[in-house]
Amino acid sequence: MEMIQTEDLVFEYDKHDEEGNVIGKNTAIDGVNIDIEQGSFVAILGHNGSGKSTLAKHINAILVPSGGTMWVDGSDTKDPDKLWDVRQTAGMVFQNPDNQIIGTIVEEDVGFGPENLGVPTEDIWTRVEESLRSVGMLEYRHHSPNKLSGGQKQRVAIAGVIAMRPKCIVLDEPTAMLDPNGRREVLRTVEELRKKENVTVILITHYMEEVIDADKVCVMDSGHVVMEGTPREIFSRVDELKKYRLDVPQVTMLADELQSRGLDIPSGILRTEELVEALCQLD
Amino acid sequence: MIRDITIGQYYPANSILHRLDPRVKIVCTLLFLISLFLQKSILGYVVATLFLVIVIRESKVPFKFIVKGLKPIILLLLITVGFNLFLTDGPVVLVKFWIFRITDTGLETAVYMAIRLMYLIIGSSLMTFTTTPNELTDGIEKLLHPLNKIKVPVHEIAMMMSIALRFIPILLEETDKIMKAQIARGADLESGNIIQKAKSMIPILVPLFVSAFRRANDLAMAMESRCYRGGDGRTKMKPLVYKSRDRMAYAAMIVYMVLIVVIGRFVPFHIWIF
Repeated sequence: MEMIQTEDLVFEYDKHDEEGNVIGKNTAIDGVNIDIEQGSFVAILGHNGSGKSTLAKHINAILVPSGGTMWVDGSDTKDPDKLWDVRQTAGMVFQNPDNQIIGTIVEEDVGFGPENLGVPTEDIWTRVEESLRSVGMLEYRHHSPNKLSGGQKQRVAIAGVIAMRPKCIVLDEPTAMLDPNGRREVLRTVEELRKKENVTVILITHYMEEVIDADKVCVMDSGHVVMEGTPREIFSRVDELKKYRLDVPQVTMLADELQSRGLDIPSGILRTEELVEALCQLD
Repeated sequence: MIRDITIGQYYPANSILHRLDPRVKIVCTLLFLISLFLQKSILGYVVATLFLVIVIRESKVPFKFIVKGLKPIILLLLITVGFNLFLTDGPVVLVKFWIFRITDTGLETAVYMAIRLMYLIIGSSLMTFTTTPNELTDGIEKLLHPLNKIKVPVHEIAMMMSIALRFIPILLEETDKIMKAQIARGADLESGNIIQKAKSMIPILVPLFVSAFRRANDLAMAMESRCYRGGDGRTKMKPLVYKSRDRMAYAAMIVYMVLIVVIGRFVPFHIWIF
């Protein structure tokens, strides 16, 4: 079954001048059609202002489409009666780790979502414990979030979403404000969750290295989905990616250059080991 | 400098007082404050002092730490004592010089007022010393819950308080960063008189407010995405439940209050040294 499905999704917002008068409309999303299967890992790529974050906010019904329809697990996000179902089905992790932690103690923050859902007290405790364990933060449960590193804070935020038992997690540039260690930490957590819990993961990012394990990659540019396919398909189109101001992983870039100089290696190489192997098999 | 602000300061320790339900502590503190104004005899003050001494010992908060909390009110204390001392009229004039007269009633009210004020501060700071800010907001929310019926947004107020507490350290850090950034751009925050110093705070306050609003916006979005929709239908991860020690604390408080009321009624006003 399709977890997320959109049909000609459009989102417009008013443009204002200095005095706050409406002087026109900006279109952030312009006719997007995507299907995301239950249990898959989909990455959405795009440079700043491409509309990828706006799309993410639609999945969680923080924004409602101005045209077209978005279904999350069969519910129309425009339907006010389904609003809370949609938000529980699709949990969201934001970019800034500080601005999404509500509790003053780690475990209280993780309990915030289940509290809002009206889960009975004993169940909240088991959920909190399970989710903190699955992101590897159980030993920090009594700590203050202010004393944690960026990566740890993001893991707490992820635990807070998991505690609501969503079918789908949307991560809106979760690593943009982290150092390389924190990024690795967060990505490993997401990867493990996907394997263990079979949740759909939608990762929004502009780091190409983060998407090579995805089942599907969508590239967005000025409100349109311009490329769609497996990472290998996408990364074999290096020139096109450059046109959309996206960086290609260094290995892919190198393989592409070598290929264009006449070396007989396959296109769409994603990992260093693959390139090594391809090079070794040359005569 | 900013880090010295110690509103709601908490002294971590493992005592009965720390483990009490926050509601008990709030109610008892209020009752204690009222009790200070219910009696005017020396016997009453002896009972109040005894009560306070027992509570301080049970709280395991060092006495020195408590006395330090009195420092900021010394000036206020001196002014109040001064006014009471010199401006109260009474039958017996003890000392007289120039336009000042000290009467026996004046001396009495001044001394009592000083004790009252000190006990007031000690009593209420004992509550904050032994209760974490979170427990305090929880307690306030639960205590004020009946006000919901007359449309007071109790849950919202408590939520605002706890979020404010969560963001105090973050905003302090931010202030520090902005100050350094402005100093690096040549801002002079140290020299000049009070007005100049206040003016030099503007380039710090403006970015601080902008960032605080941005954070508020982000936080609101994060809360909504986690299905926050106000207090209705919300369950609690850590609900407040009275235990036997809480009932005992209430009982002890009732005994104390009865004692104070009885003393206030039946012991005459002047058992005084003069």
